[in-house]
Amino acid sequence: MLDLAQRALDRAAAGGAGYADARYVQTRHQEVSVKDQAVDGLTQDESEGIGIRVLVDGAWGFAASSAMTGPEVEATVEKALAIARASARVHHQAVDLGPPVVSRGRYQAAFEVDPFSVSLDTKVAILLEAEKAMRQAPQVRVAEASAECTHWRKLFVSSEGAEVEQEAYETGAGIECAAVDDDEIQKRSYPNSFGRQVGQGGWELVEAMDLAGAAPQVADEACTLLTAPPCPSEVTTVILDADQVALQVHESCGHPVELDRVFGMEAAYAGTSFMTPDLLGKLRYGSDKVTILADATVPGALGTFGWDDEGVAAQRAMLIDRGLFVGYLTSRETVTELARKLPPGSEWLPAGSMGSMRADGWGRIPLIRMTSINLEPGESSLEEMIAGTEKGILMRTNKSWSIDDRRLNFQFGTEIAFDVKDGQVGQVYKNATYAGITPDFWNSCDAIAGPAEWRMFGLINCGKGQPGQTMRVGHGAAPARFRDVRVGIS
Amino acid sequence: MSVISGNIDTRVADLRSVTDEALRLAPAKEAEVIIFHRDTALTRFANSEIHQNVAERDLTVRIRVVDAGRFGVASTNSVDADSLRRAGELALEAARRQPVREMTPPLAPPAEADPPPIDPATAAATPEDRASLVAIICADAEARGVSAFGALSTGINTYAVANSGGLFLAGPRTIANLQVATIAGDGHGYADRASIHFADIDAAAAGEEAIDKALNTRDAGAIEPGVYPVVLEEAAVAELLEYLSYIGFSGLAAEEGRTFMRLGEKITGASIHVWDDGNDPSGLPMTFDFEGVPKRRVELITDGVATGLVHDMASAVRFGVESTGHGLPAPNPIGAWASNLFIGGGNAGSKADLLKGIERGVWVTRFWYVNVLHPRQSLLTGMTRDGTFLIEKGEITRPIKNMRFTQSVMEALAGASAITRKQKLVAGSDYEFTQALMVPAMRLDAFNFTSVTR
Repeated sequence: MLDLAQRALDRAAAGGAGYADARYVQTRHQEVSVKDQAVDGLTQDESEGIGIRVLVDGAWGFAASSAMTGPEVEATVEKALAIARASARVHHQAVDLGPPVVSRGRYQAAFEVDPFSVSLDTKVAILLEAEKAMRQAPQVRVAEASAECTHWRKLFVSSEGAEVEQEAYETGAGIECAAVDDDEIQKRSYPNSFGRQVGQGGWELVEAMDLAGAAPQVADEACTLLTAPPCPSEVTTVILDADQVALQVHESCGHPVELDRVFGMEAAYAGTSFMTPDLLGKLRYGSDKVTILADATVPGALGTFGWDDEGVAAQRAMLIDRGLFVGYLTSRETVTELARKLPPGSEWLPAGSMGSMRADGWGRIPLIRMTSINLEPGESSLEEMIAGTEKGILMRTNKSWSIDDRRLNFQFGTEIAFDVKDGQVGQVYKNATYAGITPDFWNSCDAIAGPAEWRMFGLINCGKGQPGQTMRVGHGAAPARFRDVRVGIS
Repeated sequence: MSVISGNIDTRVADLRSVTDEALRLAPAKEAEVIIFHRDTALTRFANSEIHQNVAERDLTVRIRVVDAGRFGVASTNSVDADSLRRAGELALEAARRQPVREMTPPLAPPAEADPPPIDPATAAATPEDRASLVAIICADAEARGVSAFGALSTGINTYAVANSGGLFLAGPRTIANLQVATIAGDGHGYADRASIHFADIDAAAAGEEAIDKALNTRDAGAIEPGVYPVVLEEAAVAELLEYLSYIGFSGLAAEEGRTFMRLGEKITGASIHVWDDGNDPSGLPMTFDFEGVPKRRVELITDGVATGLVHDMASAVRFGVESTGHGLPAPNPIGAWASNLFIGGGNAGSKADLLKGIERGVWVTRFWYVNVLHPRQSLLTGMTRDGTFLIEKGEITRPIKNMRFTQSVMEALAGASAITRKQKLVAGSDYEFTQALMVPAMRLDAFNFTSVTR
């Protein structure tokens, strides 16, 4: 494969490319789902191909093909070159990638049990047991359990001399059920919504979940929700459990610090950002309890790798430092662009890309994507936060999410909520929502749970780009408390 | 065979040879083969210059085998005999690891479906062709002090479905899709065009529409959240319809109790007529589904009454009806998918006519980040975007800041008091199977805005 990739670079150079990279990606994916005590789906997918990115006259071209032959790869390079020449027709400023990146090496993510070595019989049995346990609750109309595993292998080479190989397993599972009566439908899931919780690692991640053990409570809560009162509409204290904090971090911090968004590269689709470069070092994004990092080095997280898809080494970068906005998710190109926007010698200009360029498979270009965006743990605990709350609502597990195109106005819903009164958790509420404006919300944070309750979540459906790309990202989060938050729907 | 290429007839013949080979190598008596061949390109621009410009060619073969009532699926994007054989074996392995099912939907019987109309010019559009249109938009924007952003995609996707019962259907689909967003200071605008014909994409007109809107939305002020009459442009209507389809038009959604569709009951206003028709050439036609069933027109909501659901082979068996030709590739947890949706037009001659009689209301260009709060109530939330205006005494008077809505769509459509005669084609979200939404603009008498952004 290295020969084909190198051949692509040679052809690109001969065709006039000032820079070129070639990225071969091979993926193997298995997914098992059960429903109604039957296997609802069992798929095994394999895909490979090569994507070639070239700069000609300072403008980008990219082409990709699944046909892994020399002539087809060369034809793909020619297509990329022609596309780049067309780009140059409507292009003002030559792309500047900054200093060369010449990474070389190999990355293998840690795992204990190869998930593809576990028999399908075992996987199906685990899922059927969990699904059956949820069905014991009489009002559960739909119960589902699923597991998945992926193995990916990547080779990246560039005309600057970078050559890196990487591979990892990603494995996960989850259960969910819907309870239904004449008037209502309510859903609960475990260990996370969006189908399942996935991490970088092997089958040991699924074994640790104890899906069947969690199933009765999941089903009971779904049934309880059917007759629960709706979340009141008021301004109150909100305590978010860690799974909802992860989603809050994703939407209201992870996306607005993507520097391509800030520069308008996503304006037509995903939108822009309120976190503009002039606010670096000035915007009080959150309270002094709030520190958020982008960390591509955390073992086991979905956003962890050796090098990004530009060959830049994985890094740990500060985004929000004790409430102050200090950094972005970057690419090579956007860092040089940032240098043109900041005053000379600005302390907020990074030395180079912090390495967040990733592509969805071989057929799409790398974009700035979240790695693992983590809210650092605080010093409190969920128990302590509840005990210290005179009146409020505890919300758990995301159900709906919506935020404006500048990432300011958000409204999120959770599967379940609980009344908190005089330091005690009380009755269940259904259809819980909370809303706010991003910096106001984070500035109202007065407590974050400590390391003992900090967990890494894997989000597998982050969408961005045109054509659309789906990325898998990590979020470390702990329960947190926020004051004076609008809840419910008025 | 390394790749599928050549003209349309050659493509279909090539696909037939792959499905024949895959079926021959399948290790089971009952098998189904689906091929997706994608040959697409997209030119993306930002700050009035092309910044991303891509092309992708891929062919995926998806094999479903049925063994003693159970089925398994495997896919590969290699078409050599070894890869096809391995995919068949993996699918069989998957099938045999399952408990026997009480009821398995049969494979679709042999059928015929006319190939949908396509445009070879859309399939053959070059990077230069796309750059030429983008250049028009960017130049016009720059000349008026506006920055242009957007994407123009062209290409051809070819699908084939074959099974061991003798079915073979294949058909291409060409789509040209342009989205233009514009920024002028704090003003934002938007326009879109979609067609099977590249030549139909009027970049200059779309650019002008978006540029005007950006210039007219500068210095927006906030208004109080609350219930307002609204005029929804076509993109906003399409966004709501896309979500209705997602949550409620399938037989499976009805079985699982998660839909707002109560068949036979009046669920919204009498002026609302919604149907799905994959054969209508005014949309983005696709004449058969991913189980090889020819698409039928399905009346979903007629005069405000829920009149039909779309079915795939699985839900059709359970309902005791025939599939309507809305199946997705197996396994399919979300159920049948209405992907060629229409809302009937009304009597309003233009969008400007929709303003008449509105004392104080809101004009919405499009919605953004819509999500479901309660599927049975068709309760959605989302934001306005790229052109939100205040309407006073029947006229647009000034731009306003974007607002969040939280609204039952069926309740809102019950107040549809004016609908444009003419519909517009809006291409749905850019996923694997582009949804076509042919919709009018409309006036709704009450729409609940719950907050305003900065």
